[in-house]
Amino acid sequence: MIPAAFDYLRAHSPDEAFAELQKHGSDARVLAGGQSMIPAMRFRLARPAVLVDINDIRDLDFIRMGDGTLSIGAIARDSAVERASWIGERRWSLLHDVSRVVADPVVRQSGTVVGSLCHNDPAGDWTATALAARAQVVVRGKAGTRTVPIDAFLVDSFTTAVSEGEIALEARFPVPDDRTAGSYQKVERKVGDFATAAAAVQVSLNADGTVRAAGVALSAAGPCAVRVDEAERVLVGQKPGADLIRAAADAAAKKSAPQADLRGSVAYKKNLAGVLVARGLRQAFGRLGVTI
Amino acid sequence: MKVKVTVNGIVYARDVQPRTLLAYFLREDCGLTGTHVGCDTSSCGCCVVVMDGGRAVKSCTMFAVQADGHEILTVEGLASGAALHPLQQGFWDQHGLQCGYCTPGMMLASYALLKQNPKPSEADIREGLAGNLCRCTGYQNIVKAVQQAADKMREPVSAGR
Repeated sequence: MIPAAFDYLRAHSPDEAFAELQKHGSDARVLAGGQSMIPAMRFRLARPAVLVDINDIRDLDFIRMGDGTLSIGAIARDSAVERASWIGERRWSLLHDVSRVVADPVVRQSGTVVGSLCHNDPAGDWTATALAARAQVVVRGKAGTRTVPIDAFLVDSFTTAVSEGEIALEARFPVPDDRTAGSYQKVERKVGDFATAAAAVQVSLNADGTVRAAGVALSAAGPCAVRVDEAERVLVGQKPGADLIRAAADAAAKKSAPQADLRGSVAYKKNLAGVLVARGLRQAFGRLGVTI
Repeated sequence: MKVKVTVNGIVYARDVQPRTLLAYFLREDCGLTGTHVGCDTSSCGCCVVVMDGGRAVKSCTMFAVQADGHEILTVEGLASGAALHPLQQGFWDQHGLQCGYCTPGMMLASYALLKQNPKPSEADIREGLAGNLCRCTGYQNIVKAVQQAADKMREPVSAGR
């Protein structure tokens, strides 16, 4: 399968990429890792007239830690996150887990975090992770650069707050405190398949052992990744325990709105969403030394 | 569009459509048919090549124009003259192939893996090759082949690259 014809432009700086995107408007798409875009083009699900390749913009190839923020540039590969020096720290356990299960190890050497967020696939891994971690995305538009909270960034399936002529430059994750742990749980039929269901969780504890903050999100559970606000509400202020986990899991199963397909029925997938949130919470609390 | 891609140390200057995929560029424009196309949908890993010395890429999911000005290593570039690369020798010695269709992709994905991790455990190899499918071997001998290559490449005087 060969994609429809297009014009190829290679940008060497963020300014150049932005100028080309402004010039070509809705005809143009950004080409970063290409691991979702190129298959979509091959299936003719996407037919951009112009591709603006940003892979040679060295300024966008960064993973930086500073001012309480982890910044991941638009062409930083999934594999760079997987191999980051800090990825083994407990506070980053959600990112640790997800960085090992996105697609497959070869695809992760091209695929990017920011590209995955911009693609906003209903079964994306980074989208649910960004929700649980309360990330933000830096977007450059005509009026300048703005920082968009992930909840506002993810609009609908394959649709984000990045409009025509705009470009997402980086993803920002707040650095969690050291009493934080997370977990990413995903069920897939085989390596590289879309998730049947997936859950991202991140919890922070107070000194007295109660939950200070919680992030719970699902993927493959509706038009795009979704925050389970009810589970977060249930968790905050409480001491970790089996009943608490069950309540959060029930909220997740209730929130999940999947479609039936070859991977399972609606009832199965809703149940699975709850099971994965429970597993994730148990693992995250376990990583904080709380065995349930 | 005119492109210059260095493949296995040789510059190939060609005129291609932007939509030409790297796998087809290598096979049809450069005549290097060692790179195989399996699933053609980024799932099987038969088409894996190495870009700029260390990044394994599925060449069915990259455009040739993206490789303009870059270096590509394919299976044809592994051996030095008559001397097989340790990965090739490993696959030979350990019977790491039967039909051979997945083998170039297996070797190039392993090449990138060993660059990142010169001393992989068995689990590291199995995880590292999770994006490469083999329908013949059951993987046991592929893992042994990569282990042999890793051992060989860590020897003080390596025969490999």
